[in-house]
Amino acid sequence: MVEAAVAARGFDVSLTVGPGETVAVMGPNGAGKSTLLNVIAGLLQPDSGRSGLDGKTLFDLTEGRNQWTAPHRRGTALLAQEPLLFPHLSVLENVAFGPRSGGAARRAAAGSALHWLAEVEAADLRSRRPAELSGGQAQRVAVARALAAEPGLLLLDEPMAALDIHAAPLLRRLLRRVLAGRRAIIITHDALDALMLADRVIILEDGKISEEGPTRDVLQRPRSRFAAGLAGLNFVAGQITGHGLRAGALNLYGQHDDLPGPLPTGQPGVAVFPPSAVSIFLSEAHGSPRNSFAVTITDLEPHGDGIRVRAGEGGLLTADITTAAAADLGLAPGMQVYFVVKAGAVAIYPA
Amino acid sequence: MTPPTFKARRPATYTGIPGWIYAVAAAGALLVVLPLVGMVARVNWARFIPLVTSESSLAALGLSLRTSAASTVLCIVLGVPLALVLARGSFRGQRVLRSLVLLPLVLPPVVGGIALLYTFGRQGLLGRTLEVAGIQIAFSTTAVVLAQTFVALPFLVVSLEGALRTAGPKYEAVAATLGASPSTVLRRVTLPLVLPGLASGAVLSFARSLGEFGATLTFAGSLQGVTRTLPLEIYLQRETDAEAAVALSLVLVAVAVAVVALAYRGSGMVGREITTTTAPARGGDVR
Repeated sequence: MVEAAVAARGFDVSLTVGPGETVAVMGPNGAGKSTLLNVIAGLLQPDSGRSGLDGKTLFDLTEGRNQWTAPHRRGTALLAQEPLLFPHLSVLENVAFGPRSGGAARRAAAGSALHWLAEVEAADLRSRRPAELSGGQAQRVAVARALAAEPGLLLLDEPMAALDIHAAPLLRRLLRRVLAGRRAIIITHDALDALMLADRVIILEDGKISEEGPTRDVLQRPRSRFAAGLAGLNFVAGQITGHGLRAGALNLYGQHDDLPGPLPTGQPGVAVFPPSAVSIFLSEAHGSPRNSFAVTITDLEPHGDGIRVRAGEGGLLTADITTAAAADLGLAPGMQVYFVVKAGAVAIYPA
Repeated sequence: MTPPTFKARRPATYTGIPGWIYAVAAAGALLVVLPLVGMVARVNWARFIPLVTSESSLAALGLSLRTSAASTVLCIVLGVPLALVLARGSFRGQRVLRSLVLLPLVLPPVVGGIALLYTFGRQGLLGRTLEVAGIQIAFSTTAVVLAQTFVALPFLVVSLEGALRTAGPKYEAVAATLGASPSTVLRRVTLPLVLPGLASGAVLSFARSLGEFGATLTFAGSLQGVTRTLPLEIYLQRETDAEAAVALSLVLVAVAVAVVALAYRGSGMVGREITTTTAPARGGDVR
């Protein structure tokens, strides 16, 4: 449980993590994700708020109170983007650092270190120096070191970000195994990490939580532009009408099959649709239940086997089409075209 | 046949150094090396051994080594905490404190000696209190150590503070989240990480203590076996026996070279740490 505000960074967040639950924190750069972890770990003191872990007060800076637990008494091990293994200690000594600091005898600490090294499949690296490890090996050892401290809450700050594309899948698989049933908060930029590792996802924007929920729900029914971007969906926010959604001059028809009852007309709502469901026409197309709206192309970029066409204000609307189709239409930035989406492909729900 | 060795070697990578820079650099090196050559040229080798093994010479050399060792230890004991609070701490007057601690670097040592005299001397700020307690510092071996520490402390602080800033607080933050108390972090993480910087600082402090003259003469006087260190002995001998002064100077050079060589042996780490003292501080929080 943490409630904290840091005025200087415009940060105000309240969050609870259940026992055995892993929460993914996602959001744009500078949204306050690292601030959140640093506040929980005790490396940054918030202006106000309180936080507790397993009945222990981490900090309580509410009106009239000034309780503060030092980082080393919190039991919140931090795994950063860089492994930050102590360069002057061997791998085994690095992993034994937590148990040793917790007061374990040398032999017991070494035993525990070996156990956790085996757990991350790095036992054969035990006598190496950190400088002799690859990036992936070092991060695996760093995971073992964090786990060996037996933290009540494990904090992971983009642990995969600094790894090359070959080392990341191995670590992700490893984390999936060790995070199961463990209380953890993981910061990530990758929807795959959230899906594989987390039970719940929190979207942090401008220092505030803009959206939270079970990972699948957030990715299937995003209520924020950021979450929609993660899920690879087009996102339009507006007002629910009798027929669909109105956003400025844009009227979208869509479906809301899986929601009970009619949509609350007049309330704020969102419409999402995948870029692959959008076709592009040079002239307005009418016909069976379709949405057709004029947009100006801002960018064309390669995307998988085809081309992603960005259009509209800020290039926020996207369409994925084949390279052949793009060539046939002679698409170029600055052109006005019509984006056409079947109503059946647009999901509309309250924001 | 091997090619002539004096031919400038073309470096493997582009250095961007204009050719004429080498000429000016050579002049700079000569300014340092030539006087040493001039001094060695004047050594009377026939009398060398008797001169440097005379009673007064050995007393001065022994005193210099003992006091310099003591002041180096004192520099480490006092300088490590100073460097830590300057590099990692955050408090009002931090910048002022840094300037004050570094003042002896630019202060004429004689001025330092006078300042010490009016602090610890019989008529000084603390002198009376100390005298009541039965402690008399001025014109004693303790005064020599104090004077040397006064002038040498900034070398250790500058060197170590630079190393601490370069290392950054990231490792310490991780160690704390692993459950290590601040004292444990200092002992097991911070100090081992900045050991090269600490070593280079200690070597510089020792060398500065060994060469200390002005503050020592002013504050401690020149009493054989008690306060007359090697530099003082050399200055004294110069008046009466120039050959003895030259011989002792050579001993001092040899000792200094030996100390520096010992500390720089093996890795180039020590030298590099010194150059990092002006490196800008890196970000504070863990990412």
